[in-house]
Amino acid sequence: MTTVLVLAERDSSNGTVKKTTLELLTLARRLGEPQVVWFGDQGSEAASVLGEYGASAVHVVGGQDMADHPVVPIVDVLQDLVAELDAKAVLVPSSADGKEAAGRLAVRIGSGVITDAVDINESGVATQSVFGGSTVVHSTVTHGIGIYTVRPNSVAPAPAPTTCTVVDVDTTASEAAKTARVVERTVAGKGGRPELTEAAVVVSGGRGVGGAEGFEVIEKLADSLGAAVGASRAATDAGWYPHLYQVGQTGKTVSPQLYIANGISGAIQHRAGMQTSKVVVVVNKDAEAPLFELADFGVVGDLFEVVPQLTDEIDSRSN
Amino acid sequence: MKIAVCVKQVPDTWAEKMLSAADSTLDRAAADGVLNELDEYAVEEALQVAEAHGGELTVVSMGPERAAETVRKALSMGADAGIHIVDDSLHGSDAIATSAVLAAALAGRGFDLIVFGSESTDARMSVIPAMVAERLGIAQLTFAQRVSLSGSDVTIERVTDYGFDTVTGSTPAVISVVEKINEPRYPSFKGIMAAKKKPVDTVTVADLGLEAATVGQAAAWSAVEDFAARPAKPAGTVVTDEGDGGSRIAAYLTEQKFI
Repeated sequence: MTTVLVLAERDSSNGTVKKTTLELLTLARRLGEPQVVWFGDQGSEAASVLGEYGASAVHVVGGQDMADHPVVPIVDVLQDLVAELDAKAVLVPSSADGKEAAGRLAVRIGSGVITDAVDINESGVATQSVFGGSTVVHSTVTHGIGIYTVRPNSVAPAPAPTTCTVVDVDTTASEAAKTARVVERTVAGKGGRPELTEAAVVVSGGRGVGGAEGFEVIEKLADSLGAAVGASRAATDAGWYPHLYQVGQTGKTVSPQLYIANGISGAIQHRAGMQTSKVVVVVNKDAEAPLFELADFGVVGDLFEVVPQLTDEIDSRSN
Repeated sequence: MKIAVCVKQVPDTWAEKMLSAADSTLDRAAADGVLNELDEYAVEEALQVAEAHGGELTVVSMGPERAAETVRKALSMGADAGIHIVDDSLHGSDAIATSAVLAAALAGRGFDLIVFGSESTDARMSVIPAMVAERLGIAQLTFAQRVSLSGSDVTIERVTDYGFDTVTGSTPAVISVVEKINEPRYPSFKGIMAAKKKPVDTVTVADLGLEAATVGQAAAWSAVEDFAARPAKPAGTVVTDEGDGGSRIAAYLTEQKFI
């Protein structure tokens, strides 16, 4: 059976398996038998859930030495395992680390690379949603093995239980890896909410929010839904909300099940970052706001009236 | 210190972008070409490093004839010289070939720092800086929201999903910078005039010692099978708030099983 390598993504706060990893496994199974590459501790604890989603093995790369260097250790391990297992494809998350590792691996082993796939079929044809979601592209790797980075929320994780063997990878940082070293990791931003790029629900605010204090109503709605908070560039440029949360062409691309846009007019800049959301709800007092074109449900009205009422309704229904 | 900044000409950020029906490559004629927005931050950061530590800044760009405007734009911001890699054989190159061409243009020139924007607003792959670091075998210090230099030590803050990692390395190094790392300067009138006289070296693929057959669309290691405009979304329901707007959304979300 063809082996497909999957790079695991772990929750940055508690180190457990992230949902994106299960999404990758679900896609990887279409191409062959997935085996997971896991950096850090808790690999053997993760084996049961990885096995539930079809991984026949998890290769655990322990050791602080490997964790202290960005990107290159991932490339080194993937390169070794591709050779050792004769892997025919590699799937990694579309994170900064994932994309850079995929790019370097492609150069190193002489393979094509496809980034930001939202789907991969049994023949290895990837679907990409480009130019801010305005164009859907099907592409294939035509040289070497298929290296893909896959966007979060691309596919619903589907279980396919098998037995997952834990394999310890005993290795140390290469000379290439040692050219850069992580000396400190800093947790910034607002904790307690799901990560923006992989949240199932995103609630965002724009120019219509009017100021930093206005984001309180956005955050309350987000918390009532267990959602992430996003912001348009107008709001982040004005300093009302941290830049880390900007959704758009030059910020984060999100593709949640539900996107609620409040006081966002919907310039291309913003649409490019959220156009592929499954269900879009728009609140804006300007009936001419272009974002209404993308709305599955829209309300023309004052967000400071509409949003708190919505939050109250949700809270009362869930109580 | 010798610094290079790699820039790309892309369709205007605010324009609708499309692929060409003929060969599935970016339709560059469909929109005005501008300096990739993220690269403006790269040019500014490189200028600030050059101003603080002394040094010479070279703009490097691969692109068709008209990308010369983009090289001039960076020169008008204050860069000292340009290298424009222009060759018909480059049309349709993938990231693999692009990184090979850039690496060939950068190698052997003694650059201490090679600065990129963290992505282009058209392809949005974010892989070229890492690929160039891989090819040149030098430190990769990418997705920086802050860059500081002390002698040959370079320290950056690498943006992560949870905040940032402080990462150190030594020159020579590849750096990529994220949006908002700085406030890019506007070219002054004096800068625009001076840019016209600055040297720009136009080089071909052969000049870089590469075979034309290893670049371009035919040599790409990935290929577009087909593409289509995303089907227009059926019009949704838009209502005017009459004091019950929030409740109506709640009802809709219930119907859709979100709550």
